[in-house]
Amino acid sequence: MTFVLAQVPEGFYRDRSESDTGCVANNGVCPDWIVDNLDRYVDPFLEHVWLVVASVACGLLIAFPLAVLAYRRRWLIAPVANITGILYTIPSVAAFFLLLPITGRGALTAIVALTAYTLLILFRNVLEGLDAVPDEARDAGRGMGLTDGQLLWRVELPLALPSIMAGLRIATTTTVGLAALAFFAGAGGLGEPLEADKAFKSNVLVAGGLCVVLATALDLIILGAQRMMTPWTRSRAAS
Amino acid sequence: MDPFEGGVMSGAIAALGVFGDGIDFLVRERQGRGGGEVGGLQQTAELLWGHIKLSIAAMVVACAVALPVGLVLGHTGRGGFLAVSVANIGRAVPSIALIFVFFAWFGAGFVNVMLALALLAIPPILTNTYVGMREVERDIVDAGRGMGMSATKLVTSVELPLALPLIMAGLRVSAVNVVATATIAPLAGYATTLGDPIINAGVYGDEGRVGAAMLVAAVAIATELLFAAAQRAATPEGLKLSRGTQRRRLTVINRRVSTTP
Repeated sequence: MTFVLAQVPEGFYRDRSESDTGCVANNGVCPDWIVDNLDRYVDPFLEHVWLVVASVACGLLIAFPLAVLAYRRRWLIAPVANITGILYTIPSVAAFFLLLPITGRGALTAIVALTAYTLLILFRNVLEGLDAVPDEARDAGRGMGLTDGQLLWRVELPLALPSIMAGLRIATTTTVGLAALAFFAGAGGLGEPLEADKAFKSNVLVAGGLCVVLATALDLIILGAQRMMTPWTRSRAAS
Repeated sequence: MDPFEGGVMSGAIAALGVFGDGIDFLVRERQGRGGGEVGGLQQTAELLWGHIKLSIAAMVVACAVALPVGLVLGHTGRGGFLAVSVANIGRAVPSIALIFVFFAWFGAGFVNVMLALALLAIPPILTNTYVGMREVERDIVDAGRGMGMSATKLVTSVELPLALPLIMAGLRVSAVNVVATATIAPLAGYATTLGDPIINAGVYGDEGRVGAAMLVAAVAIATELLFAAAQRAATPEGLKLSRGTQRRRLTVINRRVSTTP
């Protein structure tokens, strides 16, 4: 069994022959090269987006029910927090290679590892959000005759939404950063071109910059979604 | 005599398959793919020490920068936006990008990688120090001031002890992150870390890769536990008492880093 590191076609990212001016040869920051070669980053960028979205979505699918369950059954908090805490601590590069013998090379390994990283953040924020629901709101819901399920979906979760969305934002930006290491698992992403020509300043700038742009864009999208989903916080701020 | 030769131990290691081979690599020397001797306790210790040395150096530099700035900003209450934005920006910049920025602009070597790691470690320490200082109850600070404490005395005797748990939480986040990121230091030309067998599997073989990955994971978890214990030890008794009942439920989840709302 042999694991090969980043499988970039030889000379693909390093090929600078078309515009081999002094700037490119000197590994400088070359606006012309960047404009001409931006299309090389499209596929890695899309891979990166897919890794982040899939991992955070999987993380939410696991962490959300766990947090709701732990909210009702308090004894679950300690074990779940400890296990997700350990997962969060394992360095992602190590996690990729520990998973390789089990899940093999490719996006699956990366998504499993990245999902594991989001769990602690999401679990903690969903739980903190639910815990912070005012007792008055809960009592009012009960007084109106809501069942436990109705209380959860109509009162507690909406009020916990700001905390849940804050967790989602932290998890997403963190995952964008970690997904830059996913090329170790053979899953591509922006880390692949970044590593392939790491002495070339233009390349490092574009690949690294795209990561930051992606993190910021996803952050703003989630923030926008939060504003739309919690109109009452906005009207309170305005008044 | 080789304690791993035959017997129960090697039987247990063999049962673990790929992971057993990894452990075996860490304790027993073998012929590498490049021809030289790789693996074994001596090389493992060498890589481990390089890893820890790099991490400690980065943390020392990060603390030297972030703690004073955080304390001053937190004490005066100025620059809150800066202190919190630093954390958000820091999270968005991938660690590998930061390392390669230093590599592309300043070249390879211990100091450059160490500075990149230090830069990575600054945001959580700075933000948590700032927030920790700000979250000290104003009544307590006013009481100190009313007792005629000087600004220095106020910081060292009142604000700092009360902010310490959160400051330690920041150090913990940073330290674990630095230990994790030191793994990719060989990509930027500093080869003596546990990342070397992971990245250069062509030399060390797949057992080396899995063995080093396991050791890195163990070092990171040990760092986490060490700082968690330090954080508990740094919490003033009074703070433990007053928060005891309310906090007990969530003590396991106290890895807080603040973010803008």
